[in-house]
Amino acid sequence: MATVASPPHARQNPLAKTRELGIVIALAALVAYTTVSQPRFLSAQSIRDILLNTAILAVMAAGQAVVVITRNIDLSVGSVLGVSAFTVASMMSADPGLPMVVALVTGLVVGAVAGLLNGVLVRYGRVPALVVTLGTMYIFRGLIYSWAGGGQVNADELPTHFLQFANDSILGVPWLVLIALVVVGGVALLMRNYRLGRELYAMGSSPSAAELAGIKVARNLLTAFIVSGALAGLAGVLFASRFGTIDASAGNGYELNVVAAVVVGGVAVSGGSGTVWGAGLGALLLTVIGSALTVLDINQFWQQAIVGALIVLAICADRIVAVRIARSLRKRDSHV
Amino acid sequence: MFRSHPRIVTAATASLLVVGLSACGGTTKDSASSSGGGSQASAAADPNAKIEEGLKIAYLPKQLNNPYSDVETSGGKVAVGELKGEYKLVGPNDASASSQVSYINTLIQQQQNVIVVAANDPNAVCPSLNQARQAGIKVVSFDSDASKDCRDAFINQATTQGIGESLTKMANELAGGEGEIAILSATPNATNQNAWIEVMKTELAKPENSKLKLVKTVYGNDDDQKSFQEAQGLLQSYPNLKVIVSPTTVGIAAASRYVSSSNYKGKVQITGLGLPNQMREYVKDATVKKFALWNPADIGYLAAYAGAALASGQITGAQGQKFTAGKLGEYTIGADGEIVLGPPTEFTAENIDQFNF
Repeated sequence: MATVASPPHARQNPLAKTRELGIVIALAALVAYTTVSQPRFLSAQSIRDILLNTAILAVMAAGQAVVVITRNIDLSVGSVLGVSAFTVASMMSADPGLPMVVALVTGLVVGAVAGLLNGVLVRYGRVPALVVTLGTMYIFRGLIYSWAGGGQVNADELPTHFLQFANDSILGVPWLVLIALVVVGGVALLMRNYRLGRELYAMGSSPSAAELAGIKVARNLLTAFIVSGALAGLAGVLFASRFGTIDASAGNGYELNVVAAVVVGGVAVSGGSGTVWGAGLGALLLTVIGSALTVLDINQFWQQAIVGALIVLAICADRIVAVRIARSLRKRDSHV
Repeated sequence: MFRSHPRIVTAATASLLVVGLSACGGTTKDSASSSGGGSQASAAADPNAKIEEGLKIAYLPKQLNNPYSDVETSGGKVAVGELKGEYKLVGPNDASASSQVSYINTLIQQQQNVIVVAANDPNAVCPSLNQARQAGIKVVSFDSDASKDCRDAFINQATTQGIGESLTKMANELAGGEGEIAILSATPNATNQNAWIEVMKTELAKPENSKLKLVKTVYGNDDDQKSFQEAQGLLQSYPNLKVIVSPTTVGIAAASRYVSSSNYKGKVQITGLGLPNQMREYVKDATVKKFALWNPADIGYLAAYAGAALASGQITGAQGQKFTAGKLGEYTIGADGEIVLGPPTEFTAENIDQFNF
């Protein structure tokens, strides 16, 4: 659908910014409204909580955005998070002396391997990513269940420095938040300014045209899935460190939150448009909604409906923006 | 834990316990052969009968190598040792409905005196269990009940009432008798959670709890992130909150983890139902003063004593009969042969290291 590979350069095309602007406005309005009814919503502790809650989702959303931009989807990220979290937690409880860096790298590697498998199946099996990753979602989850069984890794088995990582700050910014910022910023830069990123946009806009244009589609596609997998793996380490209790159901159902964050963040499911930092904002918006609805005392049953309405709204907005851009491009062409 | 194994059986509708056969086999050994002290006509229970030695008591849990079952049967082993009986543990590797049948048949051939079983399926094991009972073997179910016409007694780890009372009592103690409390539950439609919460509300209406105010019940959906958010929301919305009660293992661990790492630590207390291993960290760092759960080892322990009392003819499984279960004290059989373990065990910094499950 989205025939426009909209480069997010504000100067070139101010309309492309509208999507992210919409999220920022929605965020501001929500925070303002909630703060009026409960001033403590903007307390230091509360802001810290919200940013920490966002971190894991934002890391996964950055990876998912890359895949969605290529007109694919990765539904296995929740299960990859689970595999990574359980692997790292078991490793750390078996050998408490291991430094945090080893845990982070292990998570990244476990996730990257899972991502590579997804990529290979999608590219060389010629199966739609939706089906492949739906399958691997169950396969990875099944692996954890057979490995972990009914067991779990508890906080008292994990080394203190591993648990402390989720609470420690550097210059007042918690490590988790810092990692999320670096990931979202780094991937956004890669997608915006580097050749690989532009090629991924091109592949999402028109896979056949990209192939004809000499883009190494296979290699790029594998890269996209590896990035998504690796970031889900990284998120698994952060999950284990933050929650301290890891059982076989860790991250169960997260894939849908991640896809929701990406879509709300303005990344079109049809590929080729949207930005990674938009996806990061989407993750922040969803988390703030979750926290705000809790504080505003809104019935549990409504919360999911509101998130759903937001997704529909985001897709409608996306469509309107796409139509406008197309129109403005046509106009510009006619003046040339 | 509660999402995968709903262990609380809330049956107890009145219906007749079919006492299969009058006790055969050499039951009463000694002098006192007075007629049983109940109004049981058919069942010849002899409350003064001595517990026999050398009873063969076999445990058949849902599956072997499940950490929770292991703790349950370990308690049974201790009790069988105290009773000077022969302990045996058999079981399938998977908890499927029919996998226990062949084990029961083998136990019948081995002429065990008592089979203690956690039924994987209340009906699938029934024919075999009734064969066992025809062969004079006493059947005690625990953890997960078999259909009530194919076992002699059922060890119920806790009643809905008992858990609700225990939760309220802990909340009252931790709040210091007055103040605001809140509940962090699993999902809004979880049957056992809602039943416990209802009992808590009834308990809170009583005069001794009148100064406690339940300000809100929130639902963490047994999801860590959601439970975090709900706990955060509670603490923001209710600055005077004294206690969060979470009757679910996921919720209590998540709330404790959050509070232990926030500046609410020490200002708000967390309690509820949790596993000692999962909660040890937070009890040690003083976030959590006490929480509760039934002690699985006691379930197996009580089952052995109930089985021995049945095999010795001291009880027949009819309502109102009494027997003594070693260190746990005296028990009275309830309706339908149910024996309730008692109030949940409370775990504190002092005793938590004695438990490993």
